[in-house]
Amino acid sequence: MLVDSPPEQRAETAPAPPKRRAIRAFGLLASVVVLVLVAVASIAIGAKELSLEQVWHGLFQDSGTYGDVVVSERLSRTVLGLLAGAALGLSGAVLQALTRNPLADPGLLGINAGASAAVVTAITFFGVGSLAGYVWFAFLGAAAVGALVWFLGGSRGATPVRLALAGTAISAALFGYLQAVMIMDNAALGAMRFWTVGSLSSATGETIVQVLPFFVAGSVLALSLARPLNAMEMGDDTAKALGANLNRTRALAMLAATVLCGAATAACGPIVFVGLMVPHVVRSFTGPDLRWILPYATVLSPVLLLGADVLGRIVARPAELQVGIVTAVIGGPVFIFLVRRRRTAQL
Amino acid sequence: MKTNRAVRTPGGLSLRLDLRAVTVVVLLLVAALAASVVLIGTGDFPIPASEVLKTLLGQGNPGQEFIVNELRLPRVLVGLLVGASLGLGGALFQAISRNPLGSPDVLGLGQGATAGALTVIVLLSGSAAQVTAGALVGGLVTGFAIYVLAWKRGVHGYRLVLVGIGVNAIVTAINGYLLTKADIVDAARAVVWMTGSLNGRGWDQVWPLLALCAVLVPLVLLNARGLRMMEMGDDISYALGVRVERVRMLLLVAAVLLTASATAAAGPVSFVALTAPQLARRLTRSPGPNLLPSVCMGAALLVTADWASQRAFGADQLPVGVVTGVLGGAYLLWLLVTERKKGRI
Repeated sequence: MLVDSPPEQRAETAPAPPKRRAIRAFGLLASVVVLVLVAVASIAIGAKELSLEQVWHGLFQDSGTYGDVVVSERLSRTVLGLLAGAALGLSGAVLQALTRNPLADPGLLGINAGASAAVVTAITFFGVGSLAGYVWFAFLGAAAVGALVWFLGGSRGATPVRLALAGTAISAALFGYLQAVMIMDNAALGAMRFWTVGSLSSATGETIVQVLPFFVAGSVLALSLARPLNAMEMGDDTAKALGANLNRTRALAMLAATVLCGAATAACGPIVFVGLMVPHVVRSFTGPDLRWILPYATVLSPVLLLGADVLGRIVARPAELQVGIVTAVIGGPVFIFLVRRRRTAQL
Repeated sequence: MKTNRAVRTPGGLSLRLDLRAVTVVVLLLVAALAASVVLIGTGDFPIPASEVLKTLLGQGNPGQEFIVNELRLPRVLVGLLVGASLGLGGALFQAISRNPLGSPDVLGLGQGATAGALTVIVLLSGSAAQVTAGALVGGLVTGFAIYVLAWKRGVHGYRLVLVGIGVNAIVTAINGYLLTKADIVDAARAVVWMTGSLNGRGWDQVWPLLALCAVLVPLVLLNARGLRMMEMGDDISYALGVRVERVRMLLLVAAVLLTASATAAAGPVSFVALTAPQLARRLTRSPGPNLLPSVCMGAALLVTADWASQRAFGADQLPVGVVTGVLGGAYLLWLLVTERKKGRI
């Protein structure tokens, strides 16, 4: 579980022949088109079906009709899905590269648990009831746990095993705290049990404005780290020999992953498997070069998240299934399939 | 002190005896029993330890006899048995997956049992006995699913862990869904169950657990020789004459049964299965699965944690799972910090 990614793929990291690069660029373009289609579907499909004209009308000629109101409601939800999906995918890809651990995931490193614990604290002890209020707590909690995992994982000498162990330990301790609070306070339980499954349904324009700066900053930072992370994937010694600044790259990558995942968790609750699954899928057709993996993950993760959200609305109509549940139920089998397909030696 | 000694019987049999491990087992056993006596004496009606012992030996007054034998003794016995089962199950899973994190909590067995229990609580509003049955079924089905999904010309440790984590995530989501479907009363009941608690456990829970442990613990210990070989890798164990897949399947089934029934009896008490084998290994300082020390360590841990929660928060205020979760997490953190200083992880 905690073993380096397969070494034999790395031989391909050398500059790809022009043809392959063209194919990859075209693939990225196709992914963007798919993303647009899924976003439109996310606006059109739900308890009230809208035709494409109605969607168009609501988006560009808003005149306050019933359909237009529905569009604007679903628009904020879709935008949040886009942002959160991209953030989760990027942070997963960065964490996997950073820890050289194919299983690295915001959940495994305890970042989700940190955000959850902070939200419970906010609701119970500070009386914060609105999303706009506890967004900030969740963000702080995620950042604090990210830093703590980083420190306990051995900061300078961090190894995949240590990081994962530190993350698991912290999650478990925080989970105990969370349950203690939920047992003693029924009001917290009432609010928490909806937040902890992960949902896009509470999205408003205000939420988006609050988390947008973090998404942007985190994404820019993550995308700019592709090169040094590429070097680090080859192992510490090789990376050092290639001139990468290991400590700086590790610290920045951890910061980017924490900011992205913290903001996403704050806005939607803990959503599992997007950060784990998409980078794996992407890697299988881009190869190990992070300069391709990161952009692909940015585009394809929202496709997964929005698709899951739409599916949740179709399956349980007129009610809906929270997106976190759908991603886990889809992601679990895909993940198991990936595990089974690999040769044991590679795990 | 020479720690290893070979004992030879007149019949030509010989047995390697690790004195340190034996000492650890004895000490842990004493600690578990002592904690049990103290726990029986703790509560709204405190009873001194000497009185507890007297009552257990049948020489107490009728009032104390009722409290001790009918109310508190079964609860403590459930605690001991659950702790022992979790310790053994955890040690088996960690040895088979060859990973200190490969414990039943991480692999989704606890969540699977929870899913069974939640289904009964939320969808059927069932009685306590039905919840127990649901949890047992949930745990067994999950264990079976993990084994089947991880099977590919044999079950390899890493694949088992990964598949377990995948199953864990799916089941966790299902649990979250069930929890959002519930009304607030059912949800509160479900959360208490999910934390793991010894409240109100009686003789009904003791007998099935005891019977299961009486069968499985000796069975597992008899097959542990192969497990020791298997830590060196499948190929070497085959070469040494261990029928790897058979031993592994037998021990996995035993581990799943132990974990599922312990979870059904007390809920998914977190972290005992993860920490007990680790602590035991550190005390005995011997490599290998350390099965018997883990059993004793699990029992001692759970009873001590229950006593701590009653002592710190008052009788039956906080379920034991909260204490094991927080203490277990803190212990793991401490472990990480010290091991990091020594540069051993």
